[in-house]
Amino acid sequence: MKPVTAIIFKDIVIEMRSKESVSSMLMFGVLVLTIFSFAFEPSSIDRSLIAPGILWVAFSFAAILGLNRSLAMEIDNDCLQGLLLAPLDRGDLYLGKVASNFTFMMIAELIVLPIFVIFNNLKFNLQFLEIAGVAVLGTLAIAAIGSILSTISANTRMKEVMLPVLQIPLTVPVVIASVEATSMVLSGETKGISSWLYLLAGFSIVYLIVSYLVFEFVVEE
Amino acid sequence: MPDTLALESEDIRKTFGHFTALAGVTLTVKRGEFLAVFGRNGAGKTTFLKIAATLVRHTHGKLRVEGIDIREEPEKARRHIGFLSHNTYLYRDLSPVENLRFFSRLYGIPDSEERIMALLDRVGLRRRAADPVRAFSRGLHQRLGIARVMLHDPSVIMLDEPYTGLDANAVEILNQILDQAAAAGKTIILTSHDLEQGLRAASRAVVIDRGKIVFEGSPKDSAIRDAYAAYIRVGVAR
Amino acid sequence: MRSKILGILVLVLMIADLYMIFMFAPNEATMGVIQRIFYFHLPFGISSYISAYLLGFASIMYLIKHDFKWDRLADSAGEMGILFTSLSIMSGALWAKPVWGIWWTWDARLTLQFLLGLIFLSYLMLRAYLPEREKKAALGGVFGVLAMVDVPFNYLSIRWWRTQHPQPVILGGGLDTDMWKVMIVSFLAFAALYAYLLDRRMAIARVEEEVEYLEHAILAHD
Repeated sequence: MKPVTAIIFKDIVIEMRSKESVSSMLMFGVLVLTIFSFAFEPSSIDRSLIAPGILWVAFSFAAILGLNRSLAMEIDNDCLQGLLLAPLDRGDLYLGKVASNFTFMMIAELIVLPIFVIFNNLKFNLQFLEIAGVAVLGTLAIAAIGSILSTISANTRMKEVMLPVLQIPLTVPVVIASVEATSMVLSGETKGISSWLYLLAGFSIVYLIVSYLVFEFVVEE
Repeated sequence: MPDTLALESEDIRKTFGHFTALAGVTLTVKRGEFLAVFGRNGAGKTTFLKIAATLVRHTHGKLRVEGIDIREEPEKARRHIGFLSHNTYLYRDLSPVENLRFFSRLYGIPDSEERIMALLDRVGLRRRAADPVRAFSRGLHQRLGIARVMLHDPSVIMLDEPYTGLDANAVEILNQILDQAAAAGKTIILTSHDLEQGLRAASRAVVIDRGKIVFEGSPKDSAIRDAYAAYIRVGVAR
Repeated sequence: MRSKILGILVLVLMIADLYMIFMFAPNEATMGVIQRIFYFHLPFGISSYISAYLLGFASIMYLIKHDFKWDRLADSAGEMGILFTSLSIMSGALWAKPVWGIWWTWDARLTLQFLLGLIFLSYLMLRAYLPEREKKAALGGVFGVLAMVDVPFNYLSIRWWRTQHPQPVILGGGLDTDMWKVMIVSFLAFAALYAYLLDRRMAIARVEEEVEYLEHAILAHD
């Protein structure tokens, strides 16, 4: 477990210095919230119907941005090779990247979330905490699959463009579950929300295990 | 006696798709040897070194480092290996101390702080220990790269074209550190396309061409010069 | 030889199938002639699922064995997959327009099929943008495994998501015995077609590899 914490710690120090990952995700998230406010006539639709969708479009696309940044840092100067030379399992390397990606995504999301609440005239009450809870599960799922897909896409000729092509189709279940759970929280009808949360948790666990096992095929030549 | 071997390679082959990079390399390196590997670009010397360092997966054959099969126990083998290429694998946003601290955590090195400071002294970076690597010149960058390789006190040091892009000062430091390591009984394997630099302190030399060892002998033997001329001069691209 | 026999088999079965569909099959009471599209649509759909299973299976086998044979199968299955998901979606739309009055709806089955097509596309795009043969195989294999793991989650999430909405009924009262006979011939004909196309596609993949090898050999000798 020690190498995993070393990777997280290293990524946090670098992020504190460059602020590239969180700031780009944050900016992108706010931009998505803004552009959707223009895309839909504010008074014409019940906002609580589309708000969860907007939120998760912002989160899932911002995540792709953050994942690309996080890998670009390891590709620069061939740092990934340096990690591969160290005496740690390739799977642990993957877990370390998941943990730091998850951390940065959560930080950006926890800043975007209050802006979302204000834009949509929601209340800062228990609902807010519940949405944050859904965000934790959804983000873990996105980080679990995104950390391996970003490493795959880094090998291609179009790096940054390839990640959304790979990630969006595979994260459809995550987006559906997160949007549904968020809607349930917003409408107050939380009966049946647990199956969505189980789906998110199950997705994360399955992808963490599978990716842990196959990550070596991604990084070894 | 197999327990005195630092590296044992049995019929190592590697194909990239249809391209055969290594066509069966069998080589043993005794502990404390200083082996120079020559070959032109694309001859397979870098691929061989990367396989030995567990960065590239071989298609066929067996390879042991310090008696540890690199396929079966790669993590254990990596503890003994120090690998330097022209890329330094350092994070530009971190300072030398932070970079080395990170790697020492990965390797689980005890008393890392003292060791890091001692190493920075040796490569002459003590004064710049807290500056971000981003601001370093190529030469300083390379010196720190050398410190990274020596950090976990590897018993087998592999260097892939280490002199490429080094300034005179860094060459001096690298040579000093290699001589000290050799004197301390470490095994050194170095690839080069430059005969003079490669042979400087070598105790044995091999020439690889088209994925095969085509010559093996003592650096004092003049035959190495003929082999070099035959296989490398012709094809030197740079 | 094998491909010739398969080719002749496909020809014979297809002619028989077309006869069965357009001459033998009875007209369905409510949908009329349109219902005959179904004899194509169902085999298309099943072929797309078979492609998905083949892709997943071949990917796992490649990661275990590191033999290009399995990668050629995965690659071919990916292309077959995109072919048959497109055909099933298009034939479905042709059927839906007169019967439901719409080309498309986000019904669970349609959504899943569309998503399956997207995943096949991502897989093929990934391969197209990977430079080396080995990378295509290894990373394609990993993506194949990740995509396969995704299928049950897709299925669950889309099923749950769409249960609040009314589901259009595809098969009214099921098929009568004559219709079943036609359907079985149709399945056989398309199974043969699938085997034939897969066989041909893998033969092309082998040739592609040889061409790549020869290119390498020529370039390597300046």
